[in-house]
Amino acid sequence: MPHPAEIRIVSRRFGNPEARTLAGYLADEGYQGLEKALAMTPEQIVEEMKASGLRGRGGAGFPTGMKWSFVPKQSARPKYILCNADESEPGTCKDRLVMEWDPFSIIEGMTIAARAIGSRQGYIFIRGEYRYLFAIVDRALEEAYAAGYLGKNIRGSGMDFFLYTHSGAGAYECGEESALMESLEGKRGLPRLKPPFPAIVGLYGGPTVINNVETLATVPHILRGGGAWYAAYGPPKNGGTRLFCLSGHINQPGVYELPLGFPLERMLQEVGGGILEGKPLKAIVPGGSSTPILTAAETAGLNMDYDSVARLGTFLGSGGVVVLARDTCMVKFALRIIRFYRHESCGWCVPCREGTHWLAQAIGRFHAGQGRPADIKLFEDVASNILGRTFCPLGDAAAMPILAIVRKFRAEFEAHAATAACPAPAALEPQSA
Amino acid sequence: MPEPPQMVNLTINGRPVQAPAGSLLIEVCRANQIEVPSFCYYPNFSLQAACRMCLVEIEKTPKPQTACTVTVTEGMVVKTDTPVVHQARKSSIEFILTNHPLDCPVCDAGGQCELQDMTFRYGAAESRFEEPKAHRDEQQWSPVVYFDRPRCILCYRCVRVCGEGMDVWALALGGQRGVGSSIIPNRQDHLECEECGMCIDICPVGALTSGPYRYKTRPWEMRHTGSICTFCGDGCKTTLGVRNGQIMRGDNRDKSGINGDFLCIKGRYGFDFTRGEARLRQPLVRRQGELRPASWAMALEAAAQGLLAARQQQGVGVLGSTRLLNEEHYQLQKLARLALKTNHLDHSRSADLPGFLAALARHASSSATPWASSQDLKTAKAVLLVGGDPTQEHPLLAWNLRWAYRLHASRLYILNAGDIKLRRQAHRYAQVAASGFDAALAFLAGSGAAPAAQLTSVPPAAINTWPITPVSPISQLPDGLPEFLAALRQESDVIIVFSPQVQAAALASLVQLGASLPGQTRYIALAHDANSRGASDMGLYPGLLPGYAPLSSPAAAQWERLWGGPLPSEPGLDAAGMLDAFNRGDLDGLYIVGANPLRRHGFDAAPGRRKGFLVVQDLFLTETAAAADVVLPALCAYEKSGTLTNTCGEVQWQRRAADFEGAKSDLEIIHELSALLGHDLGTSSPERIFQEIRAHVPGYDVSWVQLHSGAGALSHLPPQSSVDASPLVRISATPWTRSADGLARGQTLFTDGELARRSVLLNSVMERHETNDAQ
Amino acid sequence: MQPGPNLDMLSPALRARFDAMIAHYPVKRSALVPMLLYAQDELGHLTPEVIRGIAARLELDELAVREVIGYYSMLRLHPAGRYHVQVCTNISCQLRGADRIWDHCRARLQLENHQTTPDGVFSLEEVECIGACSWAPAMQVNYDFHQQLTPEKVDQILDGYRRKGASGD
Repeated sequence: MPHPAEIRIVSRRFGNPEARTLAGYLADEGYQGLEKALAMTPEQIVEEMKASGLRGRGGAGFPTGMKWSFVPKQSARPKYILCNADESEPGTCKDRLVMEWDPFSIIEGMTIAARAIGSRQGYIFIRGEYRYLFAIVDRALEEAYAAGYLGKNIRGSGMDFFLYTHSGAGAYECGEESALMESLEGKRGLPRLKPPFPAIVGLYGGPTVINNVETLATVPHILRGGGAWYAAYGPPKNGGTRLFCLSGHINQPGVYELPLGFPLERMLQEVGGGILEGKPLKAIVPGGSSTPILTAAETAGLNMDYDSVARLGTFLGSGGVVVLARDTCMVKFALRIIRFYRHESCGWCVPCREGTHWLAQAIGRFHAGQGRPADIKLFEDVASNILGRTFCPLGDAAAMPILAIVRKFRAEFEAHAATAACPAPAALEPQSA
Repeated sequence: MPEPPQMVNLTINGRPVQAPAGSLLIEVCRANQIEVPSFCYYPNFSLQAACRMCLVEIEKTPKPQTACTVTVTEGMVVKTDTPVVHQARKSSIEFILTNHPLDCPVCDAGGQCELQDMTFRYGAAESRFEEPKAHRDEQQWSPVVYFDRPRCILCYRCVRVCGEGMDVWALALGGQRGVGSSIIPNRQDHLECEECGMCIDICPVGALTSGPYRYKTRPWEMRHTGSICTFCGDGCKTTLGVRNGQIMRGDNRDKSGINGDFLCIKGRYGFDFTRGEARLRQPLVRRQGELRPASWAMALEAAAQGLLAARQQQGVGVLGSTRLLNEEHYQLQKLARLALKTNHLDHSRSADLPGFLAALARHASSSATPWASSQDLKTAKAVLLVGGDPTQEHPLLAWNLRWAYRLHASRLYILNAGDIKLRRQAHRYAQVAASGFDAALAFLAGSGAAPAAQLTSVPPAAINTWPITPVSPISQLPDGLPEFLAALRQESDVIIVFSPQVQAAALASLVQLGASLPGQTRYIALAHDANSRGASDMGLYPGLLPGYAPLSSPAAAQWERLWGGPLPSEPGLDAAGMLDAFNRGDLDGLYIVGANPLRRHGFDAAPGRRKGFLVVQDLFLTETAAAADVVLPALCAYEKSGTLTNTCGEVQWQRRAADFEGAKSDLEIIHELSALLGHDLGTSSPERIFQEIRAHVPGYDVSWVQLHSGAGALSHLPPQSSVDASPLVRISATPWTRSADGLARGQTLFTDGELARRSVLLNSVMERHETNDAQ
Repeated sequence: MQPGPNLDMLSPALRARFDAMIAHYPVKRSALVPMLLYAQDELGHLTPEVIRGIAARLELDELAVREVIGYYSMLRLHPAGRYHVQVCTNISCQLRGADRIWDHCRARLQLENHQTTPDGVFSLEEVECIGACSWAPAMQVNYDFHQQLTPEKVDQILDGYRRKGASGD
């Protein structure tokens, strides 16, 4: 059930099984964006994207139109367009729904992107755990090929575009764009040295655009409705709507499409139905596990758009809003986050490989009752030594949340060390669950 | 001339610095004596940015950058000496040490460990890491390579040197990800590779250690001497670590010499032949049919008597070595000609240098130096490789060819009878029948029709596997050799490398081809053993004096004046001729120095059944030595001083590194024997003898400085117009000198005549490879 | 002659699918990771034979295949249970009681992490976020998602699989 506060653009077809078929998609204004795009020059498409203010929905929030504009017009090697469907950031479960309910919007979005950059081949890199989605997306691809929406000479336009799905096999790091390309080339998902950036040297050495599922699924709507129409939904430079994944201690967890700049207070109380068991809010993670946590006090008056969240020293990230109620043990929460990053560190560079392991071991020992007050400074030091020193952003993704939790909830860590045990071992989970 | 590189101006630590645009910041810092530490950065291999030791601050960039990946730009302002940089280095060391066992007291790398040095310099005094460390047992991956995983700091140098450098690709980053990452070998629990040991020497810590050296000694207990490897003809420098006169290890960690950081298995581990039980430790003289120990005086006396007696009858022959030093070759031919008064003198030939020099005199258009050094190969624009398999027979030259391909986009043209590994780097590859070189070269030189050739143009070495997986099938292409030639003719600066398969007429075609190419053409003649080239240059030929002067040439009179004695004018027998004559009883004495013809050439040498007198001088009781009347134990090249000339003609000074009780240097034996035979050879100082060579042998007037610097002094043998006038220089195709396919002795990376046979390590590697192949 | 490495241990349908997949990429090696995963789905784990077979099919050295396997957490070199129970304990699930679900599974199946029941029916693994955050706590059994779990619901789910296992479906 959509919430009344929602503005359903990218999620407009959620819940409608008909939209998974080409006929149903076409009946619901599908492929109108591509139709327009085919009548436009690549430059005009990029301009329309820039006007929309669309920023990447995967996590980094880079303006999509600008990303496309970096691709050189002429290239000796083929250009590629990739859909990053390796959704793995803890707290994030939205791309799954887009693929499940609206696969054609991704196909259409990628076809428009291909037209804009002059690519004739692309891949949808879906995380291996989402096996059930392959049946849905592959079926949509088949239909699109059969109806001339993919393949040679699309709808008589002279444009060729070939698109395939590709399965990952369990690796968060493959969500990093260059690691994804390595994985797609049949190797370990190790990030590549940058520069050169993928727009210049990407998959198979060719210029490559890589966008998140939600980003690409939004593209047809922007082409259909116009960049200005889309931008109007959000504050300046934060165009449009996005999918927020509410999870944690909230009464109505779920994925909601809300305009950027939507007040957090309303998101939690109105859309999310309030904090579980009526407890007071303790903190939120604004955009997936890697984004620094905000205390309840910090979130007062916060609007959920890229720039407002950035002003608090954190990020809107992947849209995974994780809600923590009073009584949550922050040491245990930090431990779970760092264990995740230890597990997902690719191992290539020293600070991330060794630092995440060290922190996971030390915080684990600390939480198990073997902590000392001096450990708290150690956690900060080790995390600081990871921050900004690693090969790829995963190091920062591991260090930032730990630093924020330790700094903002230092008293809890001190209490832990003093009592040599978790003061609230069971309080982390809802009692009524 | 190449354009001078464009320079940019930058500031490092407040100092203005100029550097070529596009240089890596880490190299610019180091070139200006500004310290930037690193583990993973290694010059000329791909960039990793993994160890994070080289982080520096650059103005206008928000966070520290890795100096190993940043290229310098105009106006860049760099700081390498700030609290942020110091702290970053310290924390990187701290991170590395969290999972590194501190077993330095028993670690092979202790005392020469980069991590130890960096911890001392940049690290923290105390460890803050208190969590348990993971222990894992060490693994033996091959007779050579051991892996101690906890010590590994994952710098990926081994992976790159094995793949990018050796083109073997036997190591990879595997295991789980994150802290579970590990270097893994290509055969699950062991390695199948060329066993070069490059991975071990490039390892900055003690994670990869070598079977022959591990737990034997400590670096500071050894005396280190830069010596020249005595296996193949490439002349690599190997630094021998010697304790109590015994060689403990060979490596080239200081990257000096003509080989830089390269060494193959033989240069690194083959030295163990020197201390084997099989080494001869005292002279032997045959009495009552048995070889019995004798004193040096008795043995030399017996040898001299026997040879003198033979000289009085039907004569004596001298068979020289391809491993002796130049001074020894030079003095040996004097002994033959002046003391034994014979031209029955030869050695086991491989390259047809006389034929080549004659061809040059006839066909080369210019008098400019036609020789290329091993270094020239590294930056060659184009190389034509005719015959041979450098990977097996000339590992350094193969390394240099790959270097040129990788770093200088060199185009390699291969004409070969087999599918050699270097095909992976080939720009054009043509396969001809083993007997087809003459016709193919004749066609390339512009005469004759194109013979059938299987031609393939090869894509860049994209397939990183061991053993060699075909890049693409070799197939008959319609354009065949004409296309090969058309591509070659586009080149204006070619180095032609030819194997001993190319002889006589084919050599003439080869030189004609070289002369027909635009621009300069240079040559490398491949020859097999450590000093085959020297033996040839020093005149170990029945008809040629040092410098390839025929006996009848005016040079002969000059040599007579210099040596103070008449030279025999009777033409001599070549190697096969001598052996046959000795066999038939037409030659009464044979003095064999450092050669083992009996192993290959079936002459009836059993002491009771033959008439002639046999003196053998060698390191081991070889098949030939066991049949001798007198056996004189010789020192090996690592135990003496003098010069060697490698296959490219580069002359290098060999420094004595080790001692061996009971044997004498070949030079000393030759001098003492010559005196007993009635001819005093004068001073036996290698320096003085080399001075004579330098002054009189054409092309050997090399610079002393270069000779001793380790850079290799390229000799400049001039073309020899009169050589082919002598009928004696033609190489007879006996089984001893070459087998039917033209390859002398099936030399491989692991086998190499006498020396490799006596190396326990090389034998164990061979056995293991055979077992692997059988499975 | 001994046959070279091949993929005869896989179903004809899967082999045909591999052929089609490989054609989707300009470089054959690109098909490696999905091929490994799909082969594992049929065989239960990656056997030395299938590793060699895939290496040969893609003209790679075995090392190029092995170096990849360790990296991906879904790929395994040892057998798992017929029903591989993967419980997410990451933050969103943790906040909704994943630890209790995890403990319940351990007790119920008498398994620790990465263990398999003696009858080979179940294996258990604690996994990272599976993208079910808004429907936490969640787990996957093989590729099937089970969300908004309670211990009681877990019992029903496991019983269902046990029955399915017994009936041989």
